[in-house]
Amino acid sequence: MFEVLSNEVLAENLHKMVVSAPRIAKARKAGQFVIVRLAQGEERIPLTIGDADAAAGTITLFIQAIGASTRRIVQTQPGGFIRDVAGPLGKETHITNWGRVACIGGGVGTAVLFPLVKALHEAGNQITTIIGGRSERYIILENELSPLSEEFLVTTEDGSRGFKGFVTGPLSELLADPEKAPKAVFAVGPVPMMKAVANLTREKGIETIVSLNPIMIDGTGMCGGCRVQIGNETKFACVDGPEFDAHLVDFDGLSDRLTSYRKEEATCLAAECKLGREEA
Amino acid sequence: MSNKLTAKERLAIERVHMPELPADERSRNFEEVNLGLSGDQALEEAKRCLQCKHRPCVAGCPVGVSIPEFLDALASDDLPRSVQILRGDNALPAVCGRVCPQETQCEALCVRGMKGESVGIGYLERYVADWAMNHPDRLLVDQRAQKTGKTVAVVGCGPAGLTAAGELAQKGHAVTIFEALHDTGGVLRYGIPEFRLPKEIIDREVAHLIDLGVSIECNVIIGKTLTIDELREDFDAVFVANGAGLPTMLGIPGENLKGVYAANEFLTRVNLMEAGRKEDASTPIIKRSEVAVIGGGNTAMDCVRTARRLGAERAMIVYRRSEAEMPARVEEIKHAKEEGVEFVMLTAPLEILASEDGWVRALKCQKMELGPADASGRRRPQPIEGSEFELSAGVIINAVGTNANPLLTATAPELQLNKWGNIVANENGETSIPGVFAGGDIVRGGATVILAMGDGKKAAAAIDEYLKTK
Repeated sequence: MFEVLSNEVLAENLHKMVVSAPRIAKARKAGQFVIVRLAQGEERIPLTIGDADAAAGTITLFIQAIGASTRRIVQTQPGGFIRDVAGPLGKETHITNWGRVACIGGGVGTAVLFPLVKALHEAGNQITTIIGGRSERYIILENELSPLSEEFLVTTEDGSRGFKGFVTGPLSELLADPEKAPKAVFAVGPVPMMKAVANLTREKGIETIVSLNPIMIDGTGMCGGCRVQIGNETKFACVDGPEFDAHLVDFDGLSDRLTSYRKEEATCLAAECKLGREEA
Repeated sequence: MSNKLTAKERLAIERVHMPELPADERSRNFEEVNLGLSGDQALEEAKRCLQCKHRPCVAGCPVGVSIPEFLDALASDDLPRSVQILRGDNALPAVCGRVCPQETQCEALCVRGMKGESVGIGYLERYVADWAMNHPDRLLVDQRAQKTGKTVAVVGCGPAGLTAAGELAQKGHAVTIFEALHDTGGVLRYGIPEFRLPKEIIDREVAHLIDLGVSIECNVIIGKTLTIDELREDFDAVFVANGAGLPTMLGIPGENLKGVYAANEFLTRVNLMEAGRKEDASTPIIKRSEVAVIGGGNTAMDCVRTARRLGAERAMIVYRRSEAEMPARVEEIKHAKEEGVEFVMLTAPLEILASEDGWVRALKCQKMELGPADASGRRRPQPIEGSEFELSAGVIINAVGTNANPLLTATAPELQLNKWGNIVANENGETSIPGVFAGGDIVRGGATVILAMGDGKKAAAAIDEYLKTK
């Protein structure tokens, strides 16, 4: 059992939870994730380790509560428990000093990006961070990310904050500027966003790394549910990733596989809503 | 005591038949197919054992169960004694009695099998083990071994790990099992379906080991949460039994379409996560009326029989050789047929075809014929030109096997591996690192439950010897 120490709402349906998990806190590296199961009968959900404090024995999870299971997880109050937390899983991010790097975060992907920005900053990189959301309400971790970044830009689709439009707008400008063009780009967010970033940097031959979010069960490589097509090879995101060379990823295939359980998820959510109404 | 029969009297008894749930009823639920013997049936069957002095059956058992002795105690109606003998040799008898291929092991060497039918050793092992679970108050109290003060870490809570843990605990060592998943049992839990091995049986066998003093820590992934080096610092010896792992891909076009599962994923969803099996399970599973399973082993049988229970009208086995070459147990093939599974033999998959919206629509196949024997002694399947055809299916399950999982070995560079990534270990389970032993599928590649248990037992004996030198 893993105790929840704090549970804070960062944005609509986005929670920051600090969980006691001393072994994971000690072992984890940037880019890794955990598999979480709230209770008996619940499913196993992969969540990125946003941050960790080895001395305190805690890990920080950023949870977007959009499905039935994640909604139940974020209902756990401080002092409550999560039954299973397994990790750290996946490969750690390859961190080096590139000089200039750009870090792109979209929606909850910004939370997955946070540990990478932190590690890249500690390695001495000059970072341009661009984060985007549908509107101002979805812009998260601004206060955490901006001190680590040399340049910090915000985009919103409705223009309620920063640049109006997608993250690819400011990124294009950055890539076109010979003085500021990054040597490497890290992008985490919805699949269409990562695909668009990959298309922009491919032309320029800039190394680009994305963190993929396929469906997972065990997270240890035994089932292959999280398989993704990388160039000519089938890879398992849980053991070979979750980070891959963006220029080799089959984003359309990933996008399609992510819809495998759309019908079942909808049924689950509908049942939950009905339950909510009955209780009310 | 009623077991003083003459050989002639013993020979006159006919082998008992295992009562089963009717096929039409069981093919739509997950209840155990084999119902077990009654007390009278078990007693009668045990009397068929001729009590051979040279005990060939024992040599056929990978964990060396004292078969004539436990059968003699059973035939004498001394069940507490029978349990004591059986459990002394086998940490998981209720599991072995259900899933061992006895026909190729103990029962294959039974003298009575030469002219007629062998003794139903598996059925009787199951009977005695189940009786033990239901009569805890009648069991003989084992003398607890004196505590040695030595500690052993076991990596993996599958058949090999559980067996080694039981053996070591009985010798007085303090054993901790580390398990990556959230529950115990390894393949017994996530792989073998409830209709062959009820989960309650695993729970009760594991509870017995915990009674012996074994501790189990779930959600600990050795290689990630902790390393082998950390275990070596904290424990006097380590036994690695983390299983086979990664599914082998088919390597044909369309393998990543929606509706294509590797057997491990399909079985894990249904068995471990209870998808499609319990109303309130929150893990989903894709159900379709036509399901094709590629492969001919026990895993393929488990998948196809599970698909049938999830509601498939046509549940099919697609295998490139003929039924005679199938590695699955004869009993599993028989049960599958009774439950309405279709066998599409001498057929190899070429491509998985998609519908317009990215779902599996059909398996494109090719007919095969058997040519001359290959190096393995089996006749090699050869494609028949122009025999391509489409097999309509909405879910396709790949049950062609697994490769070694590098999760642990990647973080232990000094651990010697073979070219397939399996850990190199000698007959006693010793690896290239002193004090680190290994067994089961991580050494053998995908094999059987009982062979893994045999490895666990041998390694436990070797670890016990090793600890005496420390």
